[in-house]
Amino acid sequence: MAESIDTQKFPGRQSMSGHDGTLKPNTILQKPLPHCRRSGHGGMGSVYQARDLRFPNVTRLVAVKEMLNVSTDPSIRETTLRNFEREANVLASLSHPAVPKIYDYFDVENRVYLVMEFIKGKDLEVIINSTPDFIKVELVHQWAVDLCDVLDYLHRQPFVFRDVKPSNIMIDQHRNVRLIDFGIAKTFQEGQKGTMIGTEGYSPPEQYKGVASPAGDIYALGATLHHILTRRDPRLEPPFSFADRPIRDYNTNVSVEFEVVVMRALAYEPEERYESAAAMKTALEQVRPVFGSSPPPARTAAPAVTSEGIRPATSFFPTSEVVPIWRFRCEDEVTSSPVVANGSVYVGCYDNGLYCLNASDGSFNWRYATDGSVASSPAVDDDVVYFGSADHNLYAVNSRNGRIVWTFPTQGAVYSSPRVALGHVFIGSEDTHLYAIKTANGRQAWRAGATGPVRSTAFVTDERVYFGCESGDFFATDLAGVIKWRFKARRAVTSSPLVHEKVVFFGSLDWHVYAVDAETGWTVWRYRTGKPVVSSPVHDDKNLYIGSADGNMYALDLGTGRDRWRFQTEGQIVGRPALRGTALYFGSTDGHVYSVDTKNGMLRWKFKTDGPVVSSPFLHEGVVYVGSLDNHVYALTA
Amino acid sequence: MEFLRRLLSRTPAHAPAVTSVSHATRHLRYGQISDVGRVRETNQDACFAFVSCEASRRAAPDFGLFIVADGMGGHEHGEKASGLTARVIADYMADHAFLPMLSRNGHYEVETLAETLNDAIRAANAAVSDRVPNGGTTLTAAAIYGAWAYLTHVGDSRAYLVADAAMAQLTRDHSLVQRLIELKQLTPEQAAEHPHRNVLYRAVGQTDHIELDSSVVHLPPAARLLLCSDGLWSVVPEATITEIVATVSDPQQACVALAQEANAGGGPDNITAVVIHMPG
Repeated sequence: MAESIDTQKFPGRQSMSGHDGTLKPNTILQKPLPHCRRSGHGGMGSVYQARDLRFPNVTRLVAVKEMLNVSTDPSIRETTLRNFEREANVLASLSHPAVPKIYDYFDVENRVYLVMEFIKGKDLEVIINSTPDFIKVELVHQWAVDLCDVLDYLHRQPFVFRDVKPSNIMIDQHRNVRLIDFGIAKTFQEGQKGTMIGTEGYSPPEQYKGVASPAGDIYALGATLHHILTRRDPRLEPPFSFADRPIRDYNTNVSVEFEVVVMRALAYEPEERYESAAAMKTALEQVRPVFGSSPPPARTAAPAVTSEGIRPATSFFPTSEVVPIWRFRCEDEVTSSPVVANGSVYVGCYDNGLYCLNASDGSFNWRYATDGSVASSPAVDDDVVYFGSADHNLYAVNSRNGRIVWTFPTQGAVYSSPRVALGHVFIGSEDTHLYAIKTANGRQAWRAGATGPVRSTAFVTDERVYFGCESGDFFATDLAGVIKWRFKARRAVTSSPLVHEKVVFFGSLDWHVYAVDAETGWTVWRYRTGKPVVSSPVHDDKNLYIGSADGNMYALDLGTGRDRWRFQTEGQIVGRPALRGTALYFGSTDGHVYSVDTKNGMLRWKFKTDGPVVSSPFLHEGVVYVGSLDNHVYALTA
Repeated sequence: MEFLRRLLSRTPAHAPAVTSVSHATRHLRYGQISDVGRVRETNQDACFAFVSCEASRRAAPDFGLFIVADGMGGHEHGEKASGLTARVIADYMADHAFLPMLSRNGHYEVETLAETLNDAIRAANAAVSDRVPNGGTTLTAAAIYGAWAYLTHVGDSRAYLVADAAMAQLTRDHSLVQRLIELKQLTPEQAAEHPHRNVLYRAVGQTDHIELDSSVVHLPPAARLLLCSDGLWSVVPEATITEIVATVSDPQQACVALAQEANAGGGPDNITAVVIHMPG
């Protein structure tokens, strides 16, 4: 057999130079084989289009695959040839519309030839590269079903294809799916030498342990579908990173259910994939491939599509309403952030008063009246409440009865919140100073001159005091108020700093969140948000959480400043978030108080007030206390 | 020749350093080596080091830039890619980080060093894509300012931090086998023998957009940093590397000792190492 095959070039496919001993055009293989042209090149061999001369009256086109048996070791060459023959025999016995027919094989010197059906069409790699946009999802879905069908047929032989990828899948002239380049060529490949760039992209993890199984073909089919649907070539991505790149992040035309099927095929562990290509086919036939379209007609007795390990795409908005435990109405807007101590809530108000409420029921205990608005948050220490007022004074008031202990006058309004540490109250003033005042008697220990009004709340460590000012300068002083370093942001630093492991974190109206070395003021990282950052940060062991006027709450990696997630609100986030376990609480000027999960930024609940929320929530024993510009203080179940 | 013989001989790699020089210096010190090894004919690695130390009233922190690049691609493409990458990064960092630091009276707050370093690497990526289209290179770069190291990394060269006689790897290889280890499909021992152990999925000069791993590391006093190509870490056991870096008091001698160990282990690949000592 196979004495008379005439070869021609496949149109439009790349041709290699013939100096490596491959066939020249018009070669007659064995006996007569004129008009032989190279049509493709893969692995260690070439593919030719040829004409079978045994049928002189018709032009019967065949594909001739040539493989070079390059090993110099005769026993390896013999083994390679035997493997090839064995696989060729398996192939010749196959009968499926998607499998090309094998007519013959033979070897000549160090080359072996496989004569098979010539398929006119394009392979999927060519189709992906020549299509400027996404390929229609319905079409990809149909290919997926057909590929499952042929893989199931092969697996039942049993035969593992081992190399499912776009370039090995042809769409023929009748638009049918055909598998080409069966694993045979692999037996002729040698190991690679030297560092290589680029991976095979579609192969399952276990294939690198030498395991070739039907589950591996299912993974590679999943990888192929992922590539077609996302247009992201897996050979250019970290290997096995499909789970990090959900299909719908790239192509929202794809339905959630179709994505779930493909992603299950891509599970790392073979046993987590579909147990067979037939099962995957069934699952595919059950889904509507296009997002938002009507579901396919229901079939009976078919297993349901599972969604293990896949993010659900339904709405995360909870159904349960958050009902306040209590709310208390002040005379004016509440911008101040509440503080809870000794069973009482202390909160300032634009009505010039500081309120003391019963934390459990919101009943009124007392109110201390000043001559200016109390916009900042109080601090409670040792039965004394400290708070600043726009009337220029810092007040120390008995936390139980609201009687004055002492007052300290600054030269400007006080919008900063006091910090109590090391026997001192630290507070900034519009008079461009930060004051350290002895808690015992209200006398000034020192003051540090800034370059603009100080609205930021100081952070105090055992060695340093950190605070920002409205000129954009950020200062570190020693405990005597001597400035040790100064950091310049481009706009005001109203945000209150936080120190964690030798790094100071704060936001600026220049839109950035900064992480600077607490020792030197040198920038460790910075992160740019979409608007000014007035909000102050909180942290857990992994992330920094801070809001921006761009409406987002950001979770930033403490070490690198990379954003892990962001949560978008409809307004600005001005206050400091509060953290309890894996729940984060914050208000937005859209009027809501939000609770989101710190692990993924998903909404836990939200509560609507009747005014913007610029106050920072305070957590105490499972209750969130927060003020709103609707004049109320709210107590919500965390 | 004497140097080569010394390098290739199997003398104890790290004889106790006998020196009268005080090591209690206030500035960072470094050593570097790039050796062809014993099998390859050419050295496709590139290595760059630059240090600025100032002693003045202002007392600006030390600045250092260190680069290890392991080129790949035949017909001199590998060494061209690695060399070009090191030069472009050094040039960019001089213009956009070091000179501004000098002229701005110690203040350099427009960009962070991490951002500048990443921009420098993007410039190098574009230069390699443009001028050495058939080459590519790994890259591990560290910019040090005071006690902070800004690391950026692509490929399978590595950075290690040695502190208190323990060594921690600061970079993650962008290699197929590393991914398989992370997915628990291979053990590190299997990976070391795997036929695909030299397959990278990310390198400088391969794609228009380059994904960079960057990190900022606080360097404790007397800490030591090692940057090296796989010609060192894939040949010399980690315990030996740790011991040499932790105990050899002169960073240049440490580099020589590391290269000796790699050559004693067959020297199958080019060997490049930079050892940096932080002031104690």
